[in-house]
Amino acid sequence: MNMSTIADWVNDRAGLAPLKELAQKKEVPLHRHSLWYYFGGMTLFLFFIQVGTGILLLLYYRPSAENAFESVQFIMTEVQFGWLIRSIHSWSANLMIATMFIHMFSAFLMKAYRPPREFTWISGSLLLVIVLAFGFSGYLLPWNKLAFFATKVGTDIAGVVPGIGDFLLRFLRGGDEVTGATLTRFFGFHVAVLPALITAILFIHLLLVQRQGMSVPPSLEGKALKKMKFVPNFLLRDLMGWLIALGALAALSAIFPWELGEKADPFASAPAGIKPEWFFMFMFQTLKFIPAKIGPIDGEVLGVLAFGAGGLFWFLVPFLDRKTAQGKPSRGFTVIGIILLVYIVGMTIIGYTQ
Amino acid sequence: MEKTNTPLTTRRNFIDYFLGTSLGATLVATFYPIFKFLVPPQIAESTESSVVAAKVSELKPNSGKIFKFGSKPGIIVKTPTGEIRAFSATCTHLDCTVQYQEGTQQIWCACHNGRYDMAGKNVAGPPPRPLEQFTVNVRGDEIIVSKG
Repeated sequence: MNMSTIADWVNDRAGLAPLKELAQKKEVPLHRHSLWYYFGGMTLFLFFIQVGTGILLLLYYRPSAENAFESVQFIMTEVQFGWLIRSIHSWSANLMIATMFIHMFSAFLMKAYRPPREFTWISGSLLLVIVLAFGFSGYLLPWNKLAFFATKVGTDIAGVVPGIGDFLLRFLRGGDEVTGATLTRFFGFHVAVLPALITAILFIHLLLVQRQGMSVPPSLEGKALKKMKFVPNFLLRDLMGWLIALGALAALSAIFPWELGEKADPFASAPAGIKPEWFFMFMFQTLKFIPAKIGPIDGEVLGVLAFGAGGLFWFLVPFLDRKTAQGKPSRGFTVIGIILLVYIVGMTIIGYTQ
Repeated sequence: MEKTNTPLTTRRNFIDYFLGTSLGATLVATFYPIFKFLVPPQIAESTESSVVAAKVSELKPNSGKIFKFGSKPGIIVKTPTGEIRAFSATCTHLDCTVQYQEGTQQIWCACHNGRYDMAGKNVAGPPPRPLEQFTVNVRGDEIIVSKG
């Protein structure tokens, strides 16, 4: 019984030829922007880490207002390597969002959304929404003070959406207030609904990438580029990056284990210095700058509508950027991307230095 | 020759219509309960119209205290002159719980830096409306807070 006999036996039954062909055919173009090709795969790797550590945490976590905080405390203090698994889950979540943002902005600035890759961009936009929903729902699960108020604020923002706001707020909170019912619901979203959604959309996203191959920036299109075989050469480089990421996660978790804070108390004031997660900071800071009333409308309503419109614009970029679609340079959209990047980074810095 | 009249509905049309409406009804019957399930039931609000919120003796002038008013937090403020007032502690901006700041003699919300004066009026930051004010009655050492 040698390997090739087994391979032949499987191949006769499953027909692996197309897979083999795909693996041999896949190539990655090499040019001065090739560095950005690593961040999609890096996000995928961190997602795998999330799945693994998340399943481990499920073995000890208890999703109720009475038990949640104590069960995370138990994981952090009593369970062997519990501190490591939870800290990796938290750190990996944050790094995953960071690499996702890098991946998204590099795709935007290199105009990777241009035809025929519009669906890849749209599926990516859906993944962005799902990942942020993962972050928002997971943040509440330890049931600490910061999470409690973050959830109050976040769901209240959903409540100001015109028309469906009231329904949305009660749907998210599982009632009129943030209570144990909200926690149970968020747990359901975080471990069942969102994983199912992300699996489906991620499959489509990755399938499209395999179908269409790697996108090169318009400035390099049609030029003779050096290519590297994906299997094994580029894959090994990818794995090298993943190994470095794993090391970084372990180091961060060991040196800076994730805080648990104080247990949520619905009858305590919001603590001074309360801040949202860093990736919501730019929105939070924007809300602080909007005056209470703009004419007859509450400022927050306007802010929420503006963010909604911005999200829709981002989603529809492949169809709005006509010039790129026609193969012409589209400086306007490059400028939009850079302005947005500066805005997000700037507001985040202001949020942390005020 | 058989007499043929073109009926309004052919047998095929009728079957298509029958299939379509059955399919529609099946979908509605499937998704209606699912949708209803997702909407949380209305739990009867505690109809507490008044509550013993604190003791007069435990409140220093120029201080505040959070108390439970049914399922929601309220805040009692004792002004530097010794007057006692009570408000809803829920910030009118985005639902955080406010606190009394002795230094500024204001009611402050930590979430987005909203400020209210001692009368509950929104004076700075993002809050769009004043805090809801409650009626305060003192009976012996007990501070009784009531709505309306």
